[in-house]
Amino acid sequence: MLTNEQIKKRLTEKFPEEVTGFEEPYGMLTFEAPKELNLKVLNFLYDDEELKFRFLTTLCAVHYPEKKGRELAIVYHVHNLEDNIRLRFKVYTAISEPDIYTATGLFSAANWLERETYDFYGVNFIGHPNLKRILNVEEMDYHPMRKEYPLEDQTRIDKDDEMFGRGGESGFGTAKTEEGSGTIPESEQQHEEGKPIV
Amino acid sequence: MARPVSYNLIKKPLETDISMADMPEGSMGEGFFATKLNSVIGLARKNSIWPLPFATSCCGIEFMATMGSHYDLARFGSERVGFSPRQCDLLMVMGTIAKKMGPVVKQVYLQMAEPRWVIAVGACASSGGIFDTYSVLQGIDQVVPVDVYVPGCPPRPEAIIDGVMRIQDLVGKESLRRRNGDQYKALLDSYGIQ
Amino acid sequence: MSEHHIKLPEGSIEKTTTTLNLGPTHPATHGVMQNILELDGERIVSTEQTIGYIHRAFEKIAERRPLYQITTLTDRMNYCSSPINNMGWHLTCEKLLGVKTPKRVDYLRVIIMELARISDHLICNSIVGVDAGAYTGFLYVMQYRELIYEIYEEVCGARLTTNMGRIGGFERNFNDIAFQKIEKFLKEYPVVLKEFENLFQRNRIFMDRTKGTGAISAERALNYGFTGPNLRAAGIDYDIRVHAPYSSYEDFQFNIPVGTTGDNYDRWLVREQEMWQSLSIIEQAYQKVQEFKGTEADVFHADVPEYYLPEKPEVYTKMEALIYHFKIVMGEVDMPVGEVYNSVEGGNGELGFYLISDGGRTPYRLHFRRPCFIYYQAFEELIKGSMLSDAIMTMSSLNLIAGEMDS
Repeated sequence: MLTNEQIKKRLTEKFPEEVTGFEEPYGMLTFEAPKELNLKVLNFLYDDEELKFRFLTTLCAVHYPEKKGRELAIVYHVHNLEDNIRLRFKVYTAISEPDIYTATGLFSAANWLERETYDFYGVNFIGHPNLKRILNVEEMDYHPMRKEYPLEDQTRIDKDDEMFGRGGESGFGTAKTEEGSGTIPESEQQHEEGKPIV
Repeated sequence: MARPVSYNLIKKPLETDISMADMPEGSMGEGFFATKLNSVIGLARKNSIWPLPFATSCCGIEFMATMGSHYDLARFGSERVGFSPRQCDLLMVMGTIAKKMGPVVKQVYLQMAEPRWVIAVGACASSGGIFDTYSVLQGIDQVVPVDVYVPGCPPRPEAIIDGVMRIQDLVGKESLRRRNGDQYKALLDSYGIQ
Repeated sequence: MSEHHIKLPEGSIEKTTTTLNLGPTHPATHGVMQNILELDGERIVSTEQTIGYIHRAFEKIAERRPLYQITTLTDRMNYCSSPINNMGWHLTCEKLLGVKTPKRVDYLRVIIMELARISDHLICNSIVGVDAGAYTGFLYVMQYRELIYEIYEEVCGARLTTNMGRIGGFERNFNDIAFQKIEKFLKEYPVVLKEFENLFQRNRIFMDRTKGTGAISAERALNYGFTGPNLRAAGIDYDIRVHAPYSSYEDFQFNIPVGTTGDNYDRWLVREQEMWQSLSIIEQAYQKVQEFKGTEADVFHADVPEYYLPEKPEVYTKMEALIYHFKIVMGEVDMPVGEVYNSVEGGNGELGFYLISDGGRTPYRLHFRRPCFIYYQAFEELIKGSMLSDAIMTMSSLNLIAGEMDS
């Protein structure tokens, strides 16, 4: 049976410098690699006779606005069905340059998952056969899952207090842009005490 | 010799609680019955509504239960569920309508022939429900006029049936001239429908 | 003779395929998906799937809600088997919070989850029947599906979007009527299932329609991320209930049915067999629950005052209970920092929850692994070259739930 230690050993043998940040939260081995190497690592995990991580469970991105230069994390969950062990693999990328290689060549399942990640976070998967929005409408001009964008539908005017996520002191649902909130109508930008919301 | 098939030994009397539509108001005499055309047409329309189920999510599953043998919507004259908008009278929007879906709802509504009615089943179709999000239409009344809203997330089949019965009331009482009136035109205009 | 005698004018047969738009509101697509099909006669040349017509931004909402409010979102993903989603989410929370549930809670959960699996498979299989032209089976089993709804109602008050259970257990104990209804279900349902099976399983028309259509090999299925009955129909016995037992599934005896060809017929058979297995699991769990009667372990929730709402009388009389009640209801309980992936065997595959917590009151990020979103990608490969009517059956036998697919 494959154990986390063995996987870690194999990986550090192959990528001594590049693979870092080994952790085991709740028993699942987690590590990260530079974004240029994401395909190399996935290929190695797939092809290696010992590791055999040949099932892509899921793929998603996470946005960390406060981590400068590594705002977007792309998280792969891969599964070795023979030894029944899971693995989590992350790559970080700057939000200004969210380009990483696509895994569609390796896993057909990655196709839509990457389109979804592009739709939500704007991660540009280089080499993807059909990288366009999948869940949202084509006309949408932002990537809604990024932390700065509001969840709520901004056209509503009936639920306008902070319990409903519009305005208020905690600033829920307000887009924190440089010029103030762009998504909230002018009339709603004033707080009760006369201060702007953001 | 052909003879009627009899299943029971003792003949049962005709049950008295068969539901019959009430006769509209009017004057009756020997061999004639006079009433308003309005009421007769209303009576006919309300008991033969053809629904068009526009089921997108959870409420659609409850609608399946409503149509199924247990609750049986057919008892209300809605036996025939049509999937072609051109032949249907009642658009039943059940489930969340995303902004991507909004134009489709409107298209389907436009394809229906007058007179047409709309029922918004469930919280999502009525107001967006718990999904006050960037991608969900906050109530289908933003794109098409709605006659009856059914609350619930999802409504129980009884509630859906109640909604259909309310529609029946509306249909039965509707004036024949309503669809030609200015008020109705103004309503449609407000939705950009000519 | 290599050349034709008669020459056709240039460009007279230019385009021989027709384009057909199937959906998003087509009666044959159960759920809102759009397929733009390129047809050569009745054969499918290519297809382009469009989804997202019911995108509701679950993942974004989840970033704004405390843990217990996310349960209502999971209901609305796979609404054919919402209790599995509820329990899956609670299990994820419990994994993050380190809550250990009592055995009886586990068994009660197993009963409910297996009931949900039956109701999910029942809808799917009967809809496959409807698409083959057999409406009878659907009408017949829908009536008995109400029995499952009645059990849900007795346990939690709702029929479809159940919001069942809490972190640590159930919101109240199962009452006697609930157990009577489970007993009634166990007695009446097998007969119905057998009759349903008799209608289809060896039915000539049904077999001709389903055998060999929409088939996928095991390798391709794995590559496409298939899980659940669809993967098992292709011959791989991957079942999370066995591979990573949760909620004490290791205490039960059951088989994993597998198919061989991965076609529509095999998928149908796998689901059918799984329903029998589920019935047996429910029976075992029911027996096990009965054994707890009168013992000290006869509980319906774990002792986790920080996450489990206290009893109402205690809220009125005890200071501590009042504080916990307030904190939980206002969503003021902080979570531990951590990231956790947990998955359960949903009605149509591996339903995964990837939860990242930064120590706040709401998840920092919550990603749902929605099985049918992942395997619907394979649809094009499954139907290429087949007849249009087979594509419809393939679509329904994949058990696609639009609400889950579009998140």
